[in-house]
Amino acid sequence: MAATAAVTERTSEPPKLRIIPRVREIVACREILANLVRKELKVKYTASVLGAVWSLLNPVVFLAVFTFVTVVLGNNIPSFPVFLLSGLLAWNLFSVALGLGARSVVDNANLVKKVSFPREILPLSTVGVSLVDFALQSSVLLLFMLVTGFGFRASSLLLYPLAFVDLVVFTVAMVLWISALNVRYRDIQHLTGLALLVWFWLTPIVYPGALVQAKLTSFHGFDAWNVFLLNPLADIVFGFQRALYATVSPNGRAVLPPVSTAWLAGLLLAVLCASLLLLSLTWRLFFRMSGDFAEEL
Amino acid sequence: MPAAIEVESISKVFKLFREKPSSLKARLISSRSRAEDFWALKDVSFDVREGESLGLIGHNGSGKTTLLKVIAGIVRPTSGVVRYRGRIAALLELGAGFHPELTGRENVYLNASFLGLSRKDTDRVYGSIVGFAELEDFMDNQVKFYSSGMLVRLGFAVAVHVDPDILLIDEVLAVGDESFQAKCLGKIRGFQKEGRTIVLVTHALDTVRQVCDRAVMLDRGELHAEGAPIDVVRELRYALLRRDPGFVPEEGTKEVELSSVELIREDGSVERPVRVGEDLTIQLDARANRPVTDLVASFQVLDSANFPVADGREPIGAIEGKKRVRFALRHIPLVPGHYFVTVGLASGESGRVYHVQTQRYWFEVVDEEGRHEAVELSVDASVEDL
Ligand SMILES: Nc1ncnc2c1ncn2[C@@H]1O[C@H](COP(=O)(O)OP(=O)(O)OP(=O)(O)O)[C@@H](O)[C@H]1O
Ligand SMILES: [Mg+2]
Repeated sequence: MAATAAVTERTSEPPKLRIIPRVREIVACREILANLVRKELKVKYTASVLGAVWSLLNPVVFLAVFTFVTVVLGNNIPSFPVFLLSGLLAWNLFSVALGLGARSVVDNANLVKKVSFPREILPLSTVGVSLVDFALQSSVLLLFMLVTGFGFRASSLLLYPLAFVDLVVFTVAMVLWISALNVRYRDIQHLTGLALLVWFWLTPIVYPGALVQAKLTSFHGFDAWNVFLLNPLADIVFGFQRALYATVSPNGRAVLPPVSTAWLAGLLLAVLCASLLLLSLTWRLFFRMSGDFAEEL
Repeated sequence: MPAAIEVESISKVFKLFREKPSSLKARLISSRSRAEDFWALKDVSFDVREGESLGLIGHNGSGKTTLLKVIAGIVRPTSGVVRYRGRIAALLELGAGFHPELTGRENVYLNASFLGLSRKDTDRVYGSIVGFAELEDFMDNQVKFYSSGMLVRLGFAVAVHVDPDILLIDEVLAVGDESFQAKCLGKIRGFQKEGRTIVLVTHALDTVRQVCDRAVMLDRGELHAEGAPIDVVRELRYALLRRDPGFVPEEGTKEVELSSVELIREDGSVERPVRVGEDLTIQLDARANRPVTDLVASFQVLDSANFPVADGREPIGAIEGKKRVRFALRHIPLVPGHYFVTVGLASGESGRVYHVQTQRYWFEVVDEEGRHEAVELSVDASVEDL
């Protein structure tokens, strides 16, 4: 081995994140990532009788509850299941990843303290878990749409990949941040639960975006609509809804905000840029803090 | 030949909080300045040559695990550099990298991926990992139901099957049962033959002497001794004794002094190991700095567990100038191993200690070739008609 073997150096230097080599390192460790996702899924589902059915139960229960609520309130949106689920599934991906991700480093203290590997893999694995859930739930939604004959509109369907990439990038950025902070301040994980609850209601998932726009555009003479759009998840959810639910005003009722597909695409691109910026910040923070994880746990 | 591992003035400072502020509130209330610095490693430097087996020994809390973690890249040093060549596999403490909810099989794959093995590679060695660990019947059980010994077996089996250039082992062997320990040592010997580098942390000092080419001793984070295993091990025993408040390596009024002490083998040599059944003479030279009338010489032999196995005393009486005392130990029946000798001169009447050297000398006992009994038993055989 002598001459050929690579030399590894361990120094005290506060590491500076160089994205490309780091991505390469993480890709080289994809086996660990896959194993950890497998592990998380197994731990999540083996101890339960229903297994993966749980992940499908969540949207079904939501659907039942909110159908009931909207019927009672008389604010019935046409094809409510498709409307609700197109936004809810995106939200679920985000909230499951963040909820699990906050604890991802702390819960795996046993690994962090005894094995060396790129620590990003831990929060990334929770994103992986929520992606699996997302795929399961989406396939059910797709099936539902096909069975009920709910059509797609090609032009707005193009928003789907963009919204999806936005969602994943933003989720990864947030999860890296939250999981690193939670190592130092354990109450972050409780705070995250609370914040997610507030965030959920700030995101137009169960109520129609058109309504928000109508009410907020001149809110006491102040354009609060643009402030509302600062919530990246609102934008992302609008994207998913426009892609799947497609019609802005089915049967003449405005449900989705009446903006053009192109405008929405522009908004999503802006969100992508902002998310990438956020990712580079939170990744740097995570990377800097991750050197001390083993001794702080 | 290049060093496989270079440890260059490594220091590691841990922040010790009286109570670690692990919540926002606590952090806001207590300022960071309440943290105290704790030097777990202080300016430690040494090299491990390629193909060498290094024993890393030291008391509890002396920084051995911390050093391995620095080498393995689990914690960052505060200052200094570690460089190593090739692929490292670290076996740190019990059940490292295992998840209790997963089965043995799944954990093998998880663990192997940490050590850099792909799924395909793992498939290939899976059979021999399980075979080595002798856990064929348990691979589909969750690891949380494993005993500590079973965890160690599995961990060790994986670590030695990932084809590492450097193997770091922390303490884990002690938990395995005798047969597994023997198997591990066999595997370690095999690794040595293949020219791989090993760093072994253990409190089993005999293992260090048997297995390692060299040893390093840490004491409170500092490199205290480095060299041949036997010397470093002796130094550690010495340091252990020194911790004992009653222990003084050398003491006395020196009215009479031990001017020379020698352990002489049958053939006059003072160096080579003693074979079981041979004689050994402990020869003390006493020099009186002041005439005394009631001198007594004594000795004690202790085994490596500090257990006394032989002693003796001999009145010398009056002394002016020099005298020589010989204690001849006949047909040494001791089990092979290392033995340490304490010698002393004292007053027979008052008990006043003139000069004592505690465990300053040592000798090794080895089996005669072809002999395997631990002690010699004389056997009388007889046959009679019934
Ligand atoms: N994360 C940490 N934070 C604070 N102090 C630590 C941390 N890890 C280790 N220490 C301290 O560093 C010192 C050295 O610990 P280490 O585990 O390296 O000892 P060791 O030589 O392996 O001991 P043992 O023989 O008991 O395994 C100990 O005093 C320990 O309390
Ligand atoms: Mg230790």
